[in-house]
Amino acid sequence: METLWFCLVAIMIAGYVVLDGFDLGAGIVHLLVARSDVEKRTVIASIGPVWDGNEVWLLAGGGTLYFAFPALYASSFSGFYLPLMIVLWLLVVRGISIEFRSHVASPVWTPLWDTSFAAASLLLAIFYGAALGNVVRGVPLDASGYFFLPLWTDFRASSAGGILDWYTILTGIAALLALTMHGALWVALKSPAPLRERAAFLARRVWWGVVAATAAITAASFAIQPHLSMQFAQAPWGFVFPVIAAAGLLGVFLCKSPQTELPAFLSSCGYLVGMLTSAAFGVYPFLLPASTDPALSLTIHNAAAGSYGLHIGLAWWIPGMLLAGAYAIFTYRRFSGKLRHDEQIK
Amino acid sequence: MNSALTVDRLQFAFTVTFHYLFPQLTMGLALLIFVMKTAALRAVDEQRREHYNRAARFWIKIFAINFATGVVTGIPMEFQFGTNWAQFSRTAGGVIGQPLALEGVYSFFLESTFLGLLVYGEKRLGPRLHWLSSLGVFAGSWISGFFIIVTDAWMQHPVGYRIAPDGMIELTGFRDLLLNPWALWQYAHNMIAAVVTGSFVMAALGAFYLLAKRHENYARTFLRFGVVAGSIAMVLLIFPAGDRQGRMVTENQPVTLAAMEGLFQTAQGAPIALVGQPDTDKMQLDNPITVPNALSFLTFRRWNAEVRGLDAFARNLWPDNIPLLYFSYHIMVGLGTILLAVMALSVWLLARGRLYTNRPALWLLLLMTPFPYIATTTGWMTAELGRQPWLIYGVMRTASGISPHVSSGNGLFTLLGFMGLYTVLGILFLFLIRREIERGPEAVVPGRADGRP
Repeated sequence: METLWFCLVAIMIAGYVVLDGFDLGAGIVHLLVARSDVEKRTVIASIGPVWDGNEVWLLAGGGTLYFAFPALYASSFSGFYLPLMIVLWLLVVRGISIEFRSHVASPVWTPLWDTSFAAASLLLAIFYGAALGNVVRGVPLDASGYFFLPLWTDFRASSAGGILDWYTILTGIAALLALTMHGALWVALKSPAPLRERAAFLARRVWWGVVAATAAITAASFAIQPHLSMQFAQAPWGFVFPVIAAAGLLGVFLCKSPQTELPAFLSSCGYLVGMLTSAAFGVYPFLLPASTDPALSLTIHNAAAGSYGLHIGLAWWIPGMLLAGAYAIFTYRRFSGKLRHDEQIK
Repeated sequence: MNSALTVDRLQFAFTVTFHYLFPQLTMGLALLIFVMKTAALRAVDEQRREHYNRAARFWIKIFAINFATGVVTGIPMEFQFGTNWAQFSRTAGGVIGQPLALEGVYSFFLESTFLGLLVYGEKRLGPRLHWLSSLGVFAGSWISGFFIIVTDAWMQHPVGYRIAPDGMIELTGFRDLLLNPWALWQYAHNMIAAVVTGSFVMAALGAFYLLAKRHENYARTFLRFGVVAGSIAMVLLIFPAGDRQGRMVTENQPVTLAAMEGLFQTAQGAPIALVGQPDTDKMQLDNPITVPNALSFLTFRRWNAEVRGLDAFARNLWPDNIPLLYFSYHIMVGLGTILLAVMALSVWLLARGRLYTNRPALWLLLLMTPFPYIATTTGWMTAELGRQPWLIYGVMRTASGISPHVSSGNGLFTLLGFMGLYTVLGILFLFLIRREIERGPEAVVPGRADGRP
């Protein structure tokens, strides 16, 4: 039962990263690829009807984590206090940038929101990557199951380090590159020329960075968290996850032509899912490894809620998420295809 | 300000109070917009249909700005349970995580999907599906409210749980949690209050347009919708919803009742205090104006029933801020009475066909705009201050719920950050709302509910 909920939470997080990932990515790239005001509006219109729904995955995922593994929720959210609050502020700034930008047409108003939209999106991508890095590296949990980390200390990846050290900065940069590529592929998928060409060109350029960063974080992760190699050695079928990630990367590389925009974007989704599931598989059965003493780690067993709650949760969670999936499919079909000209000028 | 507990409480109080300014309007407006879209769908002639559709489009714009602000200020609420109240989350997460996750899964997806369609999709969807979208947004926002009330009601009146040997609180009855009698009356009271806020805002804008002699055709529609819905809601808000919630407090939190009412001494035939300032040291109410025996009647339906005062309870069971609790409650009740009187007058004038031309009544409606917000906020303050010193009533003290390692310095840093950010947000919000009001319903391009140029 605990393992099942581990998988469900992982699915929620992967869903969030894939979906909100492309609108974060669109935010990161829109200053780079969109030149005119019409093009900037096109980028925003491409995520306009869906970004709010994408962000719901974060809330629903957070809620699911909360009731399935309350001890993990309590420990990690209070331990990562400052970066989490900064993430919340960035989400606020980003949300109002998208919603408020188009209400006033002024050379003072719109560039302000364009910049804050891009900056918040960029920083969020880095913070999410660093958060994942922290989970893989482990944190100094004490005997009561809590910890508190400052933002940074000496940038060494040790138990006396902070939330940002060389390793987590590396994972942050990797996330930034991956979501930049992801967002550029989305923009290319949704927009007409010449915006499409610029976005596709950017995605191809960033691809090389993603490959390099993937190699770097893979090597660094195995070096820093010995549990990963143990886990993959114990259950070699788990190599299917890194293979998915690699196939996704290859797919992005191969699907270059304007006819294969959708496969390219879906490959990028596959890459993100592959990377996240690889990390989840490698960390399992830990939820948050202790960098001090492995015995103090939070695992799926010592952090889970009571079994009655987990069982009853399953009964409403599955139909609820099927319903949510149906809404998502409905929305994406309704707003599918390239944005027409009259829709760009929203 | 150097205690982590104080900072954590202030931060939650500040962020949730600011947040709830927006959902109380959107939950009320969602119902009114749905009624407007229904009127448009049922209209027989083209002109009336277009009139209601335009009116709805205007309110959808107001709704969307409020909704966006509500969403961005709502996300920090869910996360603060973990960041600032970790020990509470760890102990009780197995129970209250359920309704919070249910909200995400059953309400937010519904709400965000249909809001996207409602705002962006009028042309693509056609009238029936667009009407359905307004129903989806209404249902989504009201389901969301239900799960939040279930969460709060469980903290007020815990049911369906057991304390495991390791001290963790486990869920044992899912139905008990969702059908908590406290939750049902609190939900009714809270949602009707949201309709009151929505109705007053709609009526006030109608009054403003009539006084300013602008968009008068729409102004009359806004007034009619607002006054009819508002007067019905005002009555239901007080009876049965408010009355029944009061009796829940009487039965389950008698010390809270005594503190709310400023009743220091136990009395047969207890009076109700209309005005007065509580002095908890001298155990008395200064400058009181009271109605004899009224409290006994309202709580127990007998003029001579005994009502226990604060003297009947140990001090460590008293709510920790009795004056603020007392004033919150009295402000809520006082404003509620004024709002009821204004709605009664307006609906009487409306029925006689004189409301649209009666300038004093229009001015009165316009000036009422802040009061439903204040009444709702003080109502929530009554509920939450009244729950003190408990975080989970009778089970867990507020002081033992905070995160053990988050220092007051870190807490203060983020509290100040929220204050700064929300100040900017509030200014931007007012600026955008003012712009939409200036443009009015006639400026909306047909088929483009987001109203962008």
